[in-house]
Amino acid sequence: MNVDGITTGVVLDHIQAGKSMEIYNYLHLDELDCCVAIIKNVKSTKLGRKDIIKIDAEMDLDLEVLGYLDPNITVNLVKDGKLIEKKHLKLPREVKNVIKCKNPRCVTTVEREVDHIFRLTSEEKGIYRCIYCESEAK
Amino acid sequence: MRHLIDIKDLSVEEIKGLIDTANDIIENRAAYSEVCKGKKLATLFFEPSTRTRLSFEAAMWELGGSVLGFSSADASSTSKGESVTDTVRTVGCYADIIAMRHPKEGAPLLASLSSTVPIINAGDGGHSHPTQTLTDLLTIMREKGRLDNMTVALCGDLKFGRTVHSLISAMSFYDNVKFILISPEELKVPNYIRQDVLEKKNLEWYETDNMENALGEADVLYMTRVQRERFFNEADYLRLKDSFILDTEKMKYAKPDTTILHPLPRVNEISVKVDEDPRACYFKQVENGKFIRMALIMMLLGVTK
Repeated sequence: MNVDGITTGVVLDHIQAGKSMEIYNYLHLDELDCCVAIIKNVKSTKLGRKDIIKIDAEMDLDLEVLGYLDPNITVNLVKDGKLIEKKHLKLPREVKNVIKCKNPRCVTTVEREVDHIFRLTSEEKGIYRCIYCESEAK
Repeated sequence: MRHLIDIKDLSVEEIKGLIDTANDIIENRAAYSEVCKGKKLATLFFEPSTRTRLSFEAAMWELGGSVLGFSSADASSTSKGESVTDTVRTVGCYADIIAMRHPKEGAPLLASLSSTVPIINAGDGGHSHPTQTLTDLLTIMREKGRLDNMTVALCGDLKFGRTVHSLISAMSFYDNVKFILISPEELKVPNYIRQDVLEKKNLEWYETDNMENALGEADVLYMTRVQRERFFNEADYLRLKDSFILDTEKMKYAKPDTTILHPLPRVNEISVKVDEDPRACYFKQVENGKFIRMALIMMLLGVTK
């Protein structure tokens, strides 16, 4: 199957196979007017299988959210047909309003308009905990 | 501006300083009787309490300050739907320092993010209770003369027992402390204590449901109540509430110098007959709670003798 290369835009490479729709939704790519391609289960020497998302327009991506969702993603910025920058992600120290605390005893369940903030407590295991009640992100 | 939300907010040196100040207060009470003159403590208790609220209030009175506040959510504008954030911003206009207890976990942290005065966490749901831990540390120090090189057994509700979580975190700072965790399967310590404290710091610890064997090893036995208010299901509470009861028969398994602690209130997890045993120190704990809170209020208000 062939999907054309993009002239100017963003390519999210090395997405964990099967995770591209989750990323598509988190980044609200459905709201874009430009062409967006989701390519699933591509053969990869590094990962075995991977997903790729190609966005045919320049856009500001929330790299923290992306890093939280999948720190192995490579972000390729393309302009006039040339790769101008390759960004490698890492797990962000903190994420705000990306996930919600599911602990029914947490103050975030009752306080209005409070930010849901999770902090990385174990880099090796990728564990995030709510800063208020310390429950693990699920 | 400093707050005390979690025991980890304090360094080992600061904890030592608070214990030293509390011990000095015990020896020289008159010298501290006016150090907080003109200062006001607000006690915002959205959940019932006897010891913690009264010890905070007694502490502030003994420092020469004064006290205002409420003792249940029904007696505040929370019952009208006011947020935690708005409540503390309002109270900060009237008081110099706030002690807050709240049934929701993380409420004091949330309060501290917008407060104009220091916030002390006086217990947030089943999460943490740092001033009880300071009380426990002062009591252990006074009874044992040390906070390192000991085996601490914690028994009962280790899942929702906020005092247990704070005490394990605090004792993990000291060398050669071993933990024995005695609880029913459903009330084991939560993962944030297991993974982020016990495993991360590579501490010596094990879990058991054999209270007798653990008693023979423990230098300190920390009993806790199975808390009805933390259960969504009454049947679970009734099934688990009598899991471990310390009575005079079980005390025979304890070392001659084991220190028995309990944050109180107790229901029936320690037989009243155990109170007569010289190893029972839970009422000394109550008294120590006032002195360590006096030291803490002074530290957060930046006042000295």
